[in-house]
Amino acid sequence: MSEDAPALSVDHLTKRFGERAAFDGVSLEVDRGEVFGFLGPNGAGKTTMVRTLGTLIAPTSGSAWVAGYPLAPENGEEIRRRISIMPESPGLYVRLSVAENLECFAELYEVADSKGRIGRALRAVNLEDRAGDACGRLSKGLRQRVALARALLSEPEVLFLDEPTSGLDPVATRDVHDLIEGLRRAGVTVFLTTHRLEEAERLCDRVAILDTTLRTIGRPNQLREQLFSKTLLIKTVAALADAGRTFAGLPGVEGWHLDGPASYVLDISDSVLAAPAATRALVAAGADVLSISESHHSLEDVYLRLIDEDKGAGPG
Amino acid sequence: MSMSKRRVGAILHKEFREYRRNGNIIATMAVIPLVIVIAPLIDMSTTALSTLQSGRLMIYLLGIAAIVPAIVAAYSVVGERQQGTLEPVLTTPIRREELVLAKALAILLPSLAISYAWYGLYVAWVELLARPGVPQAIVRGPELFALVLFTPLVAALSIWIGIAISTRMNDIRAAAQLGALASLPTVLVSALIAYNVIHVTLGLTLGLAAVLLGLDTVGWRISSAMFDRERLVTGTKA
Repeated sequence: MSEDAPALSVDHLTKRFGERAAFDGVSLEVDRGEVFGFLGPNGAGKTTMVRTLGTLIAPTSGSAWVAGYPLAPENGEEIRRRISIMPESPGLYVRLSVAENLECFAELYEVADSKGRIGRALRAVNLEDRAGDACGRLSKGLRQRVALARALLSEPEVLFLDEPTSGLDPVATRDVHDLIEGLRRAGVTVFLTTHRLEEAERLCDRVAILDTTLRTIGRPNQLREQLFSKTLLIKTVAALADAGRTFAGLPGVEGWHLDGPASYVLDISDSVLAAPAATRALVAAGADVLSISESHHSLEDVYLRLIDEDKGAGPG
Repeated sequence: MSMSKRRVGAILHKEFREYRRNGNIIATMAVIPLVIVIAPLIDMSTTALSTLQSGRLMIYLLGIAAIVPAIVAAYSVVGERQQGTLEPVLTTPIRREELVLAKALAILLPSLAISYAWYGLYVAWVELLARPGVPQAIVRGPELFALVLFTPLVAALSIWIGIAISTRMNDIRAAAQLGALASLPTVLVSALIAYNVIHVTLGLTLGLAAVLLGLDTVGWRISSAMFDRERLVTGTKA
């Protein structure tokens, strides 16, 4: 793959099962070394997208390049050699040991120095001391780690992680997050599907929100700014005698509305200008100020607004 | 088409490891023949020579080679799908022809070992315990040659049919039931031989072997073609 080429390039990709579209007209690019979050509600088409880019499913229309190869049946083997997919379910051979599971996949990828690779993969997921354990005896969290080690065996150019923390407890989830952070440091391109928004916010350089169609794409802070205007939340002990006059003409303040009996939301363009000006105006008006804070919208707010819009729009 | 011996070997090795850890699979394969040969073994010790026919050996013993692998093959794909272990394998560079071949070899090799072991037991039983004259009547060179030659070909055919069924089934029980039917063509041919509709000669044996070999080659191609990644992960074909 050329240094400048994106790891993934998707152009108007659509997959239909009969009349039902799993995803429709999706276009996006994922840069090399990027951790890219692919968010969406259940049934949004995330797993189908991963399977399509992983050459398990043929798209209905559109085109894509994966790890430098056009997504086409004749390139399936080459693409699969350069990528790795960790499905939502680990799919381990439960009667075989951790090492035996990895040996099988090291051979399937025809890796050189398979023992060395297995050792490195086990070290990466902190499972060296469990190599001889049967996978059927491992906890769900440990099985996820084995599945991640299996996905790392081939040292893929693009790693697809499909809901890697689904069903894990907080400690196991943190472990998987740490592993993904490690992959980012190692420069691996990660395509992460999840509906855990705090996970995407923490781990991903950019995110896309899919609900059959691509709803938005960008850095989490960009999406927040796109969808939500900046606001200052002001709380006073008692209601202002004339709030309109107090907030009128303040620099950086574009408007305001009540958010409770003694609570005000100011729409602002620049908090550095607006916050000191509002503070001075409140003091001048003799108000007893409880708090002035800039509002913080999470990725979850972005996600819920977009998904709610889709629900409001209804089918079709 | 170039095949990767390493990838075929990886699946084969994995299957044998699973057999070793799950004794039920091999135990079932080894016990099914007992059900098939118990009646003729008893017959041999009690029945008059005039009622015994050498061709009957064929129907019973080729039945082992046809039925045992068919049942295991019918489980081979649908079982992995239900356990969730198939999708990770499908995400690797392995080609479907390689995966199908590896699965088939993993069933064929123990099936052959079990079939030939039962033939040996059968012949030993006849030589040691049958009434005088019976061994010479039913253990004859042409039949034994045909048996040894047909066994891998018949077993392979059952396996291809069993795998083809397994790729299209979503339910293990239904696959096992249909898999048993996969052995019917072989049993039919064996019955024609047993009841002297077809007389076994060297030429006929070699001819039938050639036909079986051709069917096996076609069976591999067809079962590989049916091994469609999209259908296997989604259950449907767009």
